[in-house]
Amino acid sequence: MNTAWALIILPAVTGLCSLFIDSERLRKNLLVVVAFLHLYMSLQLCNGSAGELDGVWLGVDHLTRIFLTLTSLLFTGSAVYSMIYLDKHPHADGADLAGWQFLRNRNAIFVACMQLFLAAMSLAILSMHFGLQWIGIEATTLASTPLIYYHRNRRSLEAAWKYMIICSVGIALALMGVFFLAKTTTQHVQLFTPAGLVLFAGYLKLGWLKVAFIFFLVGYGTKMGLAPMHTWLPDAHSEAPSPVSAMLSGALLNCAFLGILRIYQVCVAIPATAAFASELLIIAGLVSMGFSGIFIMRQPDYKRMLAYSSVEHMGILATGIGLGGSAIAGALLHAICHSLIKAPMFLLAGNILSAFNTKKVEKVSGLLKSMPFTGMLWLAGFLAITGTPPFGTFISEFSILKAALQTRSWTTAGLYLLFLLIVFIGMLTIVMQMTLGRRPDDHADEHHHHTPAAKDHEQKHEKHHKHDAASAVSGSVIDENLLQLLTPVVFLSLALILGFYLPEYVRQAVNGGALLLGGAIL
Amino acid sequence: MNSIATLLALSCIFLLGSSRLLMSIRMVAFQGLLLGILPLAAAGDGHLSLALIFLSLASIALKSILLPWLLNKAMVDSGTRREIEPFISFGASMLLGLFLLAVSGWIVDKLQATEPVPSPVTLIAGFYLVFSGLLLLITRRKALTQTLGFLVLENGVFTAGLSLGSEFSVMVELGILLDVFVGIFLMGIMLFHIDREFDHLDADRFNELSDLEIAASPDEEVAE
Repeated sequence: MNTAWALIILPAVTGLCSLFIDSERLRKNLLVVVAFLHLYMSLQLCNGSAGELDGVWLGVDHLTRIFLTLTSLLFTGSAVYSMIYLDKHPHADGADLAGWQFLRNRNAIFVACMQLFLAAMSLAILSMHFGLQWIGIEATTLASTPLIYYHRNRRSLEAAWKYMIICSVGIALALMGVFFLAKTTTQHVQLFTPAGLVLFAGYLKLGWLKVAFIFFLVGYGTKMGLAPMHTWLPDAHSEAPSPVSAMLSGALLNCAFLGILRIYQVCVAIPATAAFASELLIIAGLVSMGFSGIFIMRQPDYKRMLAYSSVEHMGILATGIGLGGSAIAGALLHAICHSLIKAPMFLLAGNILSAFNTKKVEKVSGLLKSMPFTGMLWLAGFLAITGTPPFGTFISEFSILKAALQTRSWTTAGLYLLFLLIVFIGMLTIVMQMTLGRRPDDHADEHHHHTPAAKDHEQKHEKHHKHDAASAVSGSVIDENLLQLLTPVVFLSLALILGFYLPEYVRQAVNGGALLLGGAIL
Repeated sequence: MNSIATLLALSCIFLLGSSRLLMSIRMVAFQGLLLGILPLAAAGDGHLSLALIFLSLASIALKSILLPWLLNKAMVDSGTRREIEPFISFGASMLLGLFLLAVSGWIVDKLQATEPVPSPVTLIAGFYLVFSGLLLLITRRKALTQTLGFLVLENGVFTAGLSLGSEFSVMVELGILLDVFVGIFLMGIMLFHIDREFDHLDADRFNELSDLEIAASPDEEVAE
């Protein structure tokens, strides 16, 4: 149990300390050390012989295992990536608030808030008490807002303001849900935890439970990015620095998802509320998938494309949970795969952004030639995120579809397939435009030469260009840093392995989680 | 307890109809004070515990002294005094407010049909505060008023929680209070930044981000 508290307190303390560390190197090293220490401790806790801890406040069950390991893993990856990322940025800014010296240094704030963010997410995942969980999820908003405002320009300020207002309102509504949920309990219930409420499911007042579920779904659904409450998500994800976007999409959305899963765990114990909750989840999921399909078509900004893809995948998760049966295990597996793929996608987007200096799709082309490794990984990531066979996402998406067909919910299955197809086509056109084609500097000539005969001339022209390749974007191969590729390679390989073989650890956690949520094993 | 709830609802109607930001900030501070007293009134004379009094004092200090002071400072620094031309005129939003009050009453009536509520008037006030907070968030242009709207909404959630008699332990209540405080504090800091970057506090003129086109000047584009 002490390990569980340490997982929350350690990053919180080191985060606050790093505000006051002057040395840039020491601060960055601290971030990485804390990340690995956190990963080690969370693996210890999840593997541990301590067994099922179901305390009053913190606890470890199979759902915790999945999301805690995932969050810790993603944080480690982002921290390693941040080492290079921070090197590229100035260490201090101009005048800031109230003359506090440390607030001038945005890298110090970045490192500090990253660790506080980790602490808040650990609290949100480990807490069993509904009130404590609310505190954790609200704290994630507070810790991540300064991260989104990292670039200190108008665009990031607007994104951070929208994020702050929309998510805070959503989470305030979730607090209302927590109050209503407390109202469902009678004197019999001693623990205000999912397990404690399930134990006395027969004594709960159904009317209040339904109201509470609606508030939870709307409140945490805002944070999770379910449409139509998702409007903060594309802005925040596209304006945040890439390692932060990776954390937001891969880890933060999962925390909010876990918030919904916790009350679903209670609802599913009572048949009357189980059907009600499932229906709402399926509707929310399909609407999210539809919305993202509409906005991903002809999306001019590739980071926003990734953000809308996150909305789509959150929709898939909600649909899967709502369908019940083996789809629940599928959805949990999908959450793992989505995080393992979306995080490297955002990191790769960061590589592309720093090379091309633009987020516009139309200005990026010929990635495979100019940045061979990034381009190849970007293509692989696209295949993975859209659920193409060798990757784990295929298995999870397929098992959700299978469950939909088995329960004869034809409309759900049809819409699910349709939206998957739309998103696939939308992302395909964007990714093809970016990876294939000529290098950007050749485009200028395109208007004049279209005939094959002109190609020869163009190639000569290109060779000539290579000599004065002083500008980063011009013809030559752009430098790719090993550390910036390491995290994407590792995560994408993990997602690929999950497609062939489910390790015992993952299988146990997914199946155990599915049983908690009233589903069948995979 | 009912009289406090009535005062909360009245302050809300006033808030919806006022155009002067200073007045609005004071009204929200007044709400914070009422909200601090409410748990004491709910507990009654015999059941006052030390923890309860401490929570009330902390809530009053944060919500009716510290936060209004911060918002007031943001207002003075930015030089804005009035909410100009909301999307719905002040008279109309007052009328809409009365309608929302009726809606809140109807909702609580429905809820009561299934399960009895300990103090319906307070619950109505809670719902009404949540609705008015949302209304302020949606219809007003200034980022400052949006912050106020969020505060009102948060007050509403607390009122509703109190009326339901849902009690957590002191640590959880303190945690919730701290989260809300830090949240509004961050919004206050961002108000200063918005004023510096945009030279105005008009949230409806935030239009740099959109799905249709990326309209950015070259210097803004270099983000990484």
